[in-house]
Amino acid sequence: MSARSKGARAIAGDIAAGRVSAVDVCREALDHIERVNPSLNAFNLVSSDRALERAANVDRLRASGVPLGPLAGVPLAVKDNMCVRGMRTTASSRILDTFVPPYDATTIVKLEEAGAVIVGKTNCDEFAMGSSNENSAYGPVRNPWASERTPGGSSGGSAAAVAAACVPLALGSDTGGSIRQPASFCGVTGLKPTYGRVSRYGLLAFASSLDQIGPITRNVGDAALALSVLAGPDPMDSTASREAVPDFMAALDGNVRGIRIGVPRAFVSEGVDASVLSAFDASLDVLRAAGATLVDIDLPYAKYAIPVYYLVCTAEASSNLARYDGVKYGYRSPEATRGLKAMYEKSRDEGFGPEVKRRIMLGTYVLSAGYYDAFYLKAQQVRTLLKQDYDRAFQSVDLVVMPTSPTPPFKLGEKTDDPLQMYLADIFTVSVNLVGLPGISVPCGFVDAPRAGGTDRLPIGLQFVGRMFDETTVLRVADAFERNTGWSRETPEV
Amino acid sequence: LTIADVERIAALAHLELTPDEKQVFTKQLADILSYAEQLQAIDTTGVAAMAHVNAHEAERDDQLRPCLPVEDALRNAPDGAPEAGLFRVPRVIG
Repeated sequence: MSARSKGARAIAGDIAAGRVSAVDVCREALDHIERVNPSLNAFNLVSSDRALERAANVDRLRASGVPLGPLAGVPLAVKDNMCVRGMRTTASSRILDTFVPPYDATTIVKLEEAGAVIVGKTNCDEFAMGSSNENSAYGPVRNPWASERTPGGSSGGSAAAVAAACVPLALGSDTGGSIRQPASFCGVTGLKPTYGRVSRYGLLAFASSLDQIGPITRNVGDAALALSVLAGPDPMDSTASREAVPDFMAALDGNVRGIRIGVPRAFVSEGVDASVLSAFDASLDVLRAAGATLVDIDLPYAKYAIPVYYLVCTAEASSNLARYDGVKYGYRSPEATRGLKAMYEKSRDEGFGPEVKRRIMLGTYVLSAGYYDAFYLKAQQVRTLLKQDYDRAFQSVDLVVMPTSPTPPFKLGEKTDDPLQMYLADIFTVSVNLVGLPGISVPCGFVDAPRAGGTDRLPIGLQFVGRMFDETTVLRVADAFERNTGWSRETPEV
Repeated sequence: LTIADVERIAALAHLELTPDEKQVFTKQLADILSYAEQLQAIDTTGVAAMAHVNAHEAERDDQLRPCLPVEDALRNAPDGAPEAGLFRVPRVIG
């Protein structure tokens, strides 16, 4: 079995035991990326020389008997909206086409200290705004399972890179589902930690009250290990929590007996594809058979999560993206000769893509005088009601289970003309960010879809949502689900 | 939502939109806002607004600590003046 098809823990174990060198693992990953990336477009940048250097360093450390970090030699792909010092970071936007960060994100420092080897930066929706990876200045990523379909978004490149076995571990960011939905679409595991569990320092901000960084992996155990490395307070991010970080790996004992799982049946009935509903129901049977207790719950305000989310996130985005003005970094229009204000306006119009402009416009509108109360304030009030829904549910259950996405991966171009239709695809993920809860998507089935000259197998994802800072229960149940099914072991032919 | 509204918002957002963009955004933003209108039907009397889920104490001591060197901060500037330690911008006053 080649290293490429293994998970992060298995690879780190092989390297630590001397069964394979970090350089060989790295070279194999780079060769595979070179082979598949022209068709997938999952990477904005491949950092071969730096990666081989770092891998050689891991081998040197091992040879000299220095204890290795838990991810030593594990190839890592980083979503292109996180800063890596000296490595071009674009957020898939023209406005940052030439930006080379002068510092590392905290997540990068931690993963590299643990020995992970960055092989490149992954394609994403521009500034993480999108659900299909089609809003990238560098073109869409293709789904490794079905090349005419989207890998989901916004961390589409990271999910596709893991699914296509380019890397066993990738970083994504999740503001309204951007880790979980592409994980679902690509048949891999994606974890959005509790808001504040992981430092956001060095993440290019989209909506600061919602953004959270997390791992995309091939199995739940690797996600637990990655979270152990990523979690913890950070003097550079005041929202990074000082909450104690438990041993996430210790929870993975396969035992879900006595765990109460809430099923929001009314919420999960409308507008959900039949294939998703059938995989969801089959998954509930698996959980029941494993010893969990399923309980019907009601989340009456969850159906309002989409309007609340798109009012809150665009308001925050309009403020966060004001920094891209052609002065300190990034694109400045060559036609900008008519004074400062004209320079701002022209650079921003030419530098930002359509979805980013649409969100800046919407956010500016809902924050503007006369509309603030009716839209922004109202959305924040309903956000409170949504939190009360989950608080009430968590009085009687330990976990909530839902589909990750109402549909299997949709076709490239299917929703690009109608932004509202694209937004509606986020129905099951956005409420989790609004309330700050931890959530994970794991593979839970496939559905066949015809295409010209054959059939595509489209992955379907299952989402678990836990209490604040209770990633332990989320990971425990997701891991038990994985043990009782074979979905995570399925890989596409690329 | 009218084109004039879109022009007013674009000016607030420092975006110089093309005539085509103004047309498209007028329709799309109107669609999205009309969808968001459904929130108006919810009774939120006495409900507190939630801007953030963070519950913990986020304050820290205001201590001096190292920051980015000026030359590093200027390295990405489209028109930097590193010798003067400045970002250069087009003329601001007439």
